[in-house]
Amino acid sequence: MAGPGGDMQWCFSQVKGAIDDDVAEADIISTVEFNHTGELLATGDKGGRVVIFQQEVENKNLPQFRSEYNVYSTFQSHEPEFDYLKSLEIEEKINKIRWLPQKNAAQFLLSTNDKTIKLWKISERDKRPEGYNLKEEDGRYRDPNTITALRVPILIPMDLMVEASPRRVFSNAHTYHINSISVNSDNETYLSADDLRINLWNLEITDRSFNIVDIKPANMEELTEVITAAEFHPLQCNTFVYSSSKGTIRLCDMRVSALCDKHSKLFEEPENPSNRSFFSEIISSISDVKFSHNGRYMMTRDYLSVKIWDLNMENRPVETYQVHEYLRSKLCSLYENDCIFDKFECCWNGNDSVVMTGSYNNFFRMFERGQRRDATLEASRENSKPLQVLKPRKVCTGGKRKKDEISVDSLDFNKKILHTAWHPQDNIIAVATTNNLYIFQDKVN
Amino acid sequence: MSEQGEGMRTLEEQQEMEDKVISPEKAEEAKLKARYPNLGAKPGGSDFLRKRLQKGPKYFDSGDYNMAKAKMKNKQLPSAPTEKAEITGDHIPTPQDLPQRKTSIVASKLAV
Repeated sequence: MAGPGGDMQWCFSQVKGAIDDDVAEADIISTVEFNHTGELLATGDKGGRVVIFQQEVENKNLPQFRSEYNVYSTFQSHEPEFDYLKSLEIEEKINKIRWLPQKNAAQFLLSTNDKTIKLWKISERDKRPEGYNLKEEDGRYRDPNTITALRVPILIPMDLMVEASPRRVFSNAHTYHINSISVNSDNETYLSADDLRINLWNLEITDRSFNIVDIKPANMEELTEVITAAEFHPLQCNTFVYSSSKGTIRLCDMRVSALCDKHSKLFEEPENPSNRSFFSEIISSISDVKFSHNGRYMMTRDYLSVKIWDLNMENRPVETYQVHEYLRSKLCSLYENDCIFDKFECCWNGNDSVVMTGSYNNFFRMFERGQRRDATLEASRENSKPLQVLKPRKVCTGGKRKKDEISVDSLDFNKKILHTAWHPQDNIIAVATTNNLYIFQDKVN
Repeated sequence: MSEQGEGMRTLEEQQEMEDKVISPEKAEEAKLKARYPNLGAKPGGSDFLRKRLQKGPKYFDSGDYNMAKAKMKNKQLPSAPTEKAEITGDHIPTPQDLPQRKTSIVASKLAV
């Protein structure tokens, strides 16, 4: 993967966003998602805006240069609101975007902030009617008495206009903050999960949702864990999983009962009690859970590692990859600066052979499952010459620092890569730093 | 009796020292406890989780919230229009005179 002879060599392709270091809060990228064909790439930010990029038709004359992603549409998805009953602000930050599979000419996506999910329709308009009988070209009405002949209006081409319109607003179903949305493979329903509850919606119906998981204790003093992420199985429309702040994953089958408080499977890795520390529970909290495309595995991300679980084996993961184990001896300061609570996401490549997740210092990590190879790469403006191959990075944990290595104490913990996405078929990845979006592609086509 | 007590304490101390050597996590925990001796024993306990459930500052009421928002906006846009100030007292305001509730939408820098 890194260097000659390796299977994958990643090259810089594009970077989007402002260069200056002074980052406005609204520009902080909060979610990145490819659509099902990979032709569209959506980002959401803290200012409630969505920007969609479209892959241009490939340039056949330059086979080694894959097509670029250019702005296709941008719109304000959510606005800040004020909850009058609780006197709390409702942030407009887009927590998640999920695309619907394409059914007709238009594209649909779900975007959510802490409280409200919206279904957006993105449609193209490239023709306009001309030659009305009763209207002038500028829209003024003609006096019918002056009309002596009739004509048939025709459609003439116009510059492409991409319009985004909110088609459904799913609101008032979550008391706590929404962390996940997931579209079901049945293409009719989707789930939304907050800290304590998961609701099931029909995409057509906005005034009702079914509660399918409720872990709120009768007495809030007894609260011990919260839901951190949830996802529908990619193929079985009755199955979904949700992860918790205690490091467990529960798989639920909606055919068993209407309320899925009782799980069908509980995935938990046993912990050696003698290793338990103050930090154990915090770093075991799962920040993301993703099914593999083939539906046989799921991947979880906790603070220091990525774990791959076989859905048929609940008692331990089948693979564990250390993302940045060198941080284990820095947990005290990471707790003090709140970094220990950072929520990293993870993603699979198209054929489930490689997984990727972010780290600090704008580093991101890739793990090749079969080859047992891993790489650390960096998203930075310094490595942003067109088609420049990314050099693997290495963190020095102690002792003598080699020339290109960086020591743990020099890592910039404000430069975090929380959101990454992998094209569903090709080796094209989107990596979000705080306010920039990097697109990298594999050198070999 | 006291001899036995002392012997046990030494064993515990020994175990603690071993832990620090074996587990960097436990060493970090000791560091944290040294800095914050009042830190509760249950880090994942309900206080911590409940703070997580209610994120964000709590405002006294919607007026407080709008004042805070206005202050933030004034920091970013120092030139606020002043002609609207004449509205109060002189005539009955119409909907067109009132400032828009929605903030002006600034395009994302990704979409440049």
